[in-house]
Amino acid sequence: MATIDRRPTTRRRFSWPLLVFLGPAVLTYSVFMVFPLFDSLRLSLFGPGGSGLGVFVGLQNYVTLLTDPLWSPRFWGALGNNLVFFAIHMLVQNPIGLLLAVLLTTRVLRGRAVYRTLIFAPTILSVVIVGFIWKLILSPLWGVASGALDAIGLGGLYGPWLGLEGPALIVISLMSVWQYVGIPMLLFSAALLSIPDEIVEAARVDGAGPFRIFSRIQMPLIAPTIGIVAVLTFVGNFNAFDLVYAVQGGLAGPEFSTDLMGTFFYRTFFGFQLQAGNPTMGATVAGAMFVIILLGVCLYLFGLQRRLQTYEA
Amino acid sequence: MKRRPLALGAVLALALSACTSANPGGSTAPVASQPAASQPAASQPPASAGGETVTLSIESWRNDDLAIWQDKIIPAFEKTNPNIKVTFNPTAPADYNGVLNTKLEGSSAGDLITCRPFDASLGLFQKGYLASLNDLPGLKNFGDVAKSAWITDDGKDVFCVPMASVIHGFIYNKDIFDKLGITSTPTTLAEFHALLDKIKDAGVTPLDMGTKDMWESATMGFQNIGPNYWKGEEGRKALIAGTASFTDQPYIDTWKELASWAPYLPKDYAGIAYPDAQQYFQSGKAAIYPAGTWDISTFEAAGLKNIGFFGPPAVNAGDQCYLSDHTDIALGMNAKTKNPEAAKTFLDWVAGPDFASLYSNALPGFYSLSDSPVTLEDPVAQQALDLRKTCKSTIRNSYQILSRGAPNLENELWRVTAAVINGTLTPEAAAKEIQDGLDKWYKPAT
Repeated sequence: MATIDRRPTTRRRFSWPLLVFLGPAVLTYSVFMVFPLFDSLRLSLFGPGGSGLGVFVGLQNYVTLLTDPLWSPRFWGALGNNLVFFAIHMLVQNPIGLLLAVLLTTRVLRGRAVYRTLIFAPTILSVVIVGFIWKLILSPLWGVASGALDAIGLGGLYGPWLGLEGPALIVISLMSVWQYVGIPMLLFSAALLSIPDEIVEAARVDGAGPFRIFSRIQMPLIAPTIGIVAVLTFVGNFNAFDLVYAVQGGLAGPEFSTDLMGTFFYRTFFGFQLQAGNPTMGATVAGAMFVIILLGVCLYLFGLQRRLQTYEA
Repeated sequence: MKRRPLALGAVLALALSACTSANPGGSTAPVASQPAASQPAASQPPASAGGETVTLSIESWRNDDLAIWQDKIIPAFEKTNPNIKVTFNPTAPADYNGVLNTKLEGSSAGDLITCRPFDASLGLFQKGYLASLNDLPGLKNFGDVAKSAWITDDGKDVFCVPMASVIHGFIYNKDIFDKLGITSTPTTLAEFHALLDKIKDAGVTPLDMGTKDMWESATMGFQNIGPNYWKGEEGRKALIAGTASFTDQPYIDTWKELASWAPYLPKDYAGIAYPDAQQYFQSGKAAIYPAGTWDISTFEAAGLKNIGFFGPPAVNAGDQCYLSDHTDIALGMNAKTKNPEAAKTFLDWVAGPDFASLYSNALPGFYSLSDSPVTLEDPVAQQALDLRKTCKSTIRNSYQILSRGAPNLENELWRVTAAVINGTLTPEAAAKEIQDGLDKWYKPAT
């Protein structure tokens, strides 16, 4: 892109190819992404009253969201749950994804393609189906979960988890981990496969064991991918909505214990049952989500990625 | 460095997926401040009256009922009114409100509009889309409770003819009752609990309900047995008037009674959803199912024929009994219809006894709200209907007016009632949360 401007031309000719190549993407992106974003942020600055949109209230909606005794417990609750949701993905999904990637890229394992396909398969299933299957598995009346635990002598551990305030969020996070573990696995596999064989061979010749090869050679070389997986997980988790809605409904029960930013936004903006939608407060929640995601991603971009890039170079 | 614009783009794109949906929808909030438009119907030239045939079309979300309307209801009407042809044009239930709004705004809606209860239809009336029906003679067949869902807050204008309600109570498995030698259904709470103990001792699950989906706890629990505590309409209107509060004894007692259900519910009921509970009862594993009458046809269709119905037990023997007879569906007239006379003829027929009998029989569990007596072929549905003879009808107390603000009373009732039954919230704490939430936005009219 930058090369075009560097050409020392005296004529300021309008560059048609530039317009033709960039135009469609810029136009589509502006109309369907940038404009709605700013319009949504604008909407969050209005309150009910007046005619049409309402009256301009400045940042009052954000103050309400963060401090009002009616709104703030829901907001902080959803944010806290979302952080737990994210933590479980980081601590369970990504390490398992990495482990699977290492196993599936070693030469000794047979049928790697079959495993890779099977592990990736849930990712392409509809969330509604995943939610429905897990609801059936965990159902106290017909679910196989209690029977399976009984069979290995752990029947006492079973509980109606989806209906209990403590375990519900953890169980839903693990369902999501089960569904999406294929994505970090694929990204890590691709990164591992791009490491030249010679380096690993050389290390082996020098007497390094598998663990040492992993920790001293493979791990540092796939570090940028770990960062990308982390930021993708972060963005995905803070936009998550569908699984909770499919499994627990719009009220994200019991007692809002599975409420994420996404379900909170949905309830606020579109309403639920007899609750009427509140577009301005909904836009405010969406604005808060945008800020949170932006902060997280900036942290990655300016804190982590720069260092990784210089290290790689 | 070259990766940054891409990553920033990805951030924007992903962050946006939450925001982009900002524009559609959300316009369902009732615009209470808008003045009710005058009804232009009267100024239209009457098209029917004479010999020529007019055609009326009905907007509805009940696409399940298409066959019933086409084969039973409409032919019965056309037989007595040969000049009026009627077509039934249902939309998918989830799309109905949006589609109807669009059609009304574009003046392409049918002549007759099936009315959702309370604020959705009230909003249409206030925007001038639904005609006032105050002068419809057939409305005299309906009591105040029946009309409560389609009336302005000040009670001056009725804008839909009530069609059907659903009744709450308990469905029981007669085979299990026979096996255990139970010959009568309970009429008081004391009898109810004695019965539950007896069933439990015999090793059968006495009560079949789960709390995972939450709405059953509030709808089939709280709103089912509650009216006997808060004296039906009297208590419901007192809440609206602000002379009663959810922290009063009747409400706390209702939650206490619900909390006492816990030992009688299936094991791990906190994880049991509504369809689970239905299938559990269908498979004959539980004796009593806290129900809405719409469940009757579900169970009968699933082959569970030997069932009966009893109403919510009285708190003390000899008390007046109250019944949640919740208004659900009605029929109104498009204010811009070209055939107002024909439409009113049809509505008047809908308000009469023939329609009441046809409709209630075609859909067991959905009851005509008309005062004219109806005899039903389905004995279980008839048992539920018979309760109207002795008990006073009321509707769910969260539906009229009280669910307009935030936090939403109905949704909050779901949440706290499920928590009370789960034992994670005391009845007193539940009452306080509900009343505090209501006090935040609701100011009684006085």
